[in-house]
This record gives sequence, structure tokens and C-alpha cells, in this order.
Amino acid sequence: MAQISITVNGKVRKADVEPRLLLTHFLREQLNLTGTHLGCDTSQCGACTVLIDGRSAKSCTIFAVQADGAAVTTIEGLAKDGQLHALQTAFWEEHGLQCGYCTPGMILSAVDLLQKNPKPSEQQIREGISGNYCRCTGYQHIVNAVQRAARG
Amino acid sequence: MISTAFEYQRANSLDEAIKKLQETGGRGKLLAGGHSLVPLMKLRMSEPGILIDIARIPGLAGIREKDGKIEIFAATVHHDVASSALLAEKCPVVAETAGEIGDPQVRNRGTLGGSLAHSDPSADYPAVMLAVDAEIHLKGPKGWRIVKASDFFQDLFTVDLAADEIIGGVQFAAVKSAGYAKLHQRASGYAIVGVAAALDVKGGVITSARLGLTGAGSHATRMTNVEKALAGQPLSAKTIEAAAKIAGEGIKHVNADIHASEEYRRAMIPVFTKRALEKAMARS
Repeated sequence: MAQISITVNGKVRKADVEPRLLLTHFLREQLNLTGTHLGCDTSQCGACTVLIDGRSAKSCTIFAVQADGAAVTTIEGLAKDGQLHALQTAFWEEHGLQCGYCTPGMILSAVDLLQKNPKPSEQQIREGISGNYCRCTGYQHIVNAVQRAARG
Repeated sequence: MISTAFEYQRANSLDEAIKKLQETGGRGKLLAGGHSLVPLMKLRMSEPGILIDIARIPGLAGIREKDGKIEIFAATVHHDVASSALLAEKCPVVAETAGEIGDPQVRNRGTLGGSLAHSDPSADYPAVMLAVDAEIHLKGPKGWRIVKASDFFQDLFTVDLAADEIIGGVQFAAVKSAGYAKLHQRASGYAIVGVAAALDVKGGVITSARLGLTGAGSHATRMTNVEKALAGQPLSAKTIEAAAKIAGEGIKHVNADIHASEEYRRAMIPVFTKRALEKAMARS
């Protein structure tokens, strides 16, 4: 077992974990943060995307021990004081989801994108979410939502 | 998917990591970004007994100019290479290639050293390392050793790296007139075929050329026949067209998988060679 301390959504979480425990399972099963979804489990679909020290990452491809000492943000940590994040509001207003399975990962990838590039072109948005799959294929509304959030 | 159980260790210096590797007696693997290793472990295609995490070693990430050469340290993540202002100015093909790897999340975690050590037959970095004629700096129990990229990639997932050695970084002379062109496998982002081309041009004449090919065979290789066809020729669309036509000729083994047949891959080698050369010409 390995001792880890990860700041998840602003709160320090300490745990003894097996080194092979994936970050996604740590979040979902030990912290009950089930907003982080597990999709393909092969580093492709992006449903498991979280922010590690501000950068988007696929939590199915990271052992929890690797995130020891880091700050992790999940979809549950985006809203502040009951106020939705601008991207959450934009996804709501633009109906940027159908089944919703990809949504947490899409939003967190979009957070990373807008941090790096606050005014992305449509093409840059499509590239920015290229590590996230929407199997409802509702990409147009997702792109619209990111554009709305970028407009502010 | 859950990997087999392993012991997790952390190293704080290259020497400590080398010592730990020796102590594992061959059961240990290095872990940096983990974006080649962790997927393999989840599929249980790799079952190391011990993982030594080198991601936190101070000074093992970064990009700098040193003695007229560019140096990229091994634990530098793809995103930082792709967005490097130094590379954009001096050697854009390396940044361009890093930006073509996987997707944004993968680029935020995956490292240069990990990609080179793993030597996936469809990885992007090996092609560009061949084109810029990079030196790969390795450290082992007896100190540093330098291996040319053209000697480093040996076979499928096989490189010139001993079980107790670590990649510290790469060095190469900056070359502006170089480009990378790639046929993406859409789901994973890996190269079905990828070509990196670098041209040395003097007075409108190509004095020498280096072309790295990935995705086609068991490991990335130079396309020396195309290099010879370009050398001494005037830099023009006509030269490129003629040289690209022979790309892939003489390659004995070409991969076939669910993404592309051997015939299709063979057909794509000249196409992407031409595109890489056109990018190189546009930057000359």
C-alpha cells in the first residue's frame, strides 16, 4: 500500500491505496465523485478527463499514486459558491449534451482549452476537444457551448 | 481494466533511479508520464514487478539552447514541446510533431523520453528525431552515453537502451526547413504513416536531406534513397515530386492491421513524403 495525499476540488484527501489503483477509480469509488465517468478505459474517449494541476488529463491512464501531492479538479469542483462555471452554464444554454455521458470530460477539456486560448476559433475548439468522444455525435452543440463560454 | 500488482518507488535523481533499476534485477520499469506504459499494463501486456517514478526528478523536464544546439530533457511533456517559443522560432518541425501526438490530454502527460524508449512502431517522435539527426543522451551506472537516433531505434519496441539506463534528453542542431506530415488513426491519433523531412539548403540547392518514416514498419527508419535523390538538386516542386515517388521503395516489411492494409500503407508513404517535403520547402 502507498500513502497518498491529493487535493481534490480544494479539499485534501489522504488515503492508503494499492499502487495499481487508477485515479479514476480513486475518485469514483473511494471519494464517491461519480461525475468522472469511465468510458473506453483505453485513453481514447476522454470521459474520464479531470484537471491535474490545471491541465486536462485522462484519469483512466494515471495511477492515483502519480497524482500524490497534486491538485485535482473534477466536474463536481467547477461550480463555486453555488454558481455554475461559465462552461457549465453555456452547455446548459446551448444544450451541449444529449445522453450526458461525455459531458464532464468535455467541459473539463474545454476549461483547459480556454485557459490556454481564451478566444479559440471553431477549428481550435474542435481540436481542443479532439480527445473527447460524444457517441451521440452531438458535437455541433458542444462547439456552440464552448463558443458561448468564450464570448463570456 | 486493472494492471497486475506492482511495487511503487520514486526516484529524486537520475543516479538514484539507476541504482533502483539495478536493485530490481530486471523486474523494474521507469514511469514518467505513463502514457505508453500504463495502457500496456492495463492490458497486461506489460507486468513489471516494480515501477520507479522519475516524473519528479528535478531538472529532467525543460527545453533550452546550449552551445548552438537545442536540448530537450526527457520528462518534458508533449504539450510543452508543442508550445515552445524557442522551438517555434528555431526548429518548428519538432514542435509541430509534438502537437500531432494523440490529443490534448495525452500531450499534457506523455513525455519525450517515454515515447522514445517505448518506440511504438506508429509513434510520431521517432520520425522527427531521425530527421533532425538527434543525439539521444543516456545515463547508466558507468555514466553518460550518446546514441544517434539512427542507431537508437532497432526493432519493434526495441531500442539501444540497457535495462539499467535512462534517457536524460536529446540534443540536435536546429533546422528550420523541415516538416512533418502524418496520416492519423482517428481514434488513437497514432500515425498510420508519418514522415518527417529536413532539408539543408544553400543558394537554392539542397545540400543534404534527412527523412524519417514512422508507422510503416517495425520501427522508425531513415529513407536514405529519397535523401540521396534530393541531395545536390535545386529546391523545387519538381525535385520534391520526383524524390517523393521513390519513397518506400525497397522496404521489405510494411505493417498491416485493422486500420490500414500493407498495400494502402505503401501507397501512402510517397503521398506523405511529398507533403512533408512541401512543408519543409515552405519553411526554407
